[in-house]
Amino acid sequence: MVPILKHSQYLIATVQAALSDSDLLELRDRLVAQVGQYRARGVILDVTALDVMDSFAVRTLRTLAQVTRLRGAETVIVGIAPEVAMSMVELGMTLDGVSTALDLEEGLAMLGQSLPSPLAGSRSRGK
Amino acid sequence: MEHRTDQLAAVDAKMVPLDAGNTSRLRELVAHLRENRTQLRDQWARRIIDEQLLTAMTKAELFAEATSVYDNYLDALETGTLQALHAYARNLSERIIPRGVETHEVVGIVLLLRDVLARSLFAKYHGDSTVLDRILDAYEPAANRIAITVAVGFVQERERVIRAQQDAIRELSTPVLPVRERLLILPIIGLIDPLRARQLTEQLLRAIRVNRAKVVVIDITGVPGMDATVANHLVRTVEASRLLGALVIVTGLAPEIAQTLVTIGVDLSKMNTVGDLREGIEEAERLLAQQVVPMLNQQPS
Repeated sequence: MVPILKHSQYLIATVQAALSDSDLLELRDRLVAQVGQYRARGVILDVTALDVMDSFAVRTLRTLAQVTRLRGAETVIVGIAPEVAMSMVELGMTLDGVSTALDLEEGLAMLGQSLPSPLAGSRSRGK
Repeated sequence: MEHRTDQLAAVDAKMVPLDAGNTSRLRELVAHLRENRTQLRDQWARRIIDEQLLTAMTKAELFAEATSVYDNYLDALETGTLQALHAYARNLSERIIPRGVETHEVVGIVLLLRDVLARSLFAKYHGDSTVLDRILDAYEPAANRIAITVAVGFVQERERVIRAQQDAIRELSTPVLPVRERLLILPIIGLIDPLRARQLTEQLLRAIRVNRAKVVVIDITGVPGMDATVANHLVRTVEASRLLGALVIVTGLAPEIAQTLVTIGVDLSKMNTVGDLREGIEEAERLLAQQVVPMLNQQPS
């Protein structure tokens, strides 16, 4: 079970060990639910601990990013290791449309920059 | 080690089945060639000069080298073992390769020496054709084996030099330069093959992590040509860098290359391209400034 921390307007999930397909789906559902629950503006998923990323994981992360965006939060994947990045690219799994950053710090910085625009846009929605 | 020596000995034995008679005849002819050393060596050196071989060397050097080749040649003939000669050939090659001596010259001088010596044997034994036959039976295989050893030694040495140079070029040509905080420059010079592309990407990704780079400028001014494969490698490098959170700007795309890429239809929509390195750096700094300012504002909260 991946712990999800709330830090001001962001949710931070740090993957600790390799995840099975069902773990991944469970994490995705929990994150999507908590985005609404805590009115989060950003989600950071730290995958530093992962040394493999298969196509199912990549697809799940992509849906996660799309769904959270629909619910008003930007998702950033952080901590992809160089070797993992190499093999992902070689297999053509490039996480198109998902923000990525070097590590947690960078991810927070990235969300900090993109924050003003979603805030301004979502104010009228009253969420 | 023991085993290896045995193997070498076995190869030696297989190549020249030396019977007792052969050995004694070889001794005899080596003695003859030793006696006429000065004369034969000078004759040989003259023929080298006549044939315009080893023109990279001065006459004094040529004579000195000819003397030691001659002596090593006779030793190899006499003992029938090629290890010493092989080592000498490698050493000689090491010295003469940097001076631009070609393979045909090295093979040429060894064959000339073989001819000079054979002629001298003819001259000595021409009265008795049976003895001459036996002497030549002993001499020819040994001489041919020596020629092969020297030529192989030379070629091996040359290949070793080429391999060492290739490695050096490969290492030299992929520096990742941290120009300023969060900005890396990767100037690529020379052809990109799949192996190099992989190496390059690995190096870049590691550098991105170490330097916490946000923007990378890849300058390909020094890349002479590009085809679909190379372009795809470049696209992969860009994508892999993005997964680590770094934006890549490609600069220095020559007009011909740009045209080829468009003609063969490589999808470059994921690549940020800018005219030259200077503009690339300016663009990078602009992006960095954009990213850094809000980040600083955000930090106190």
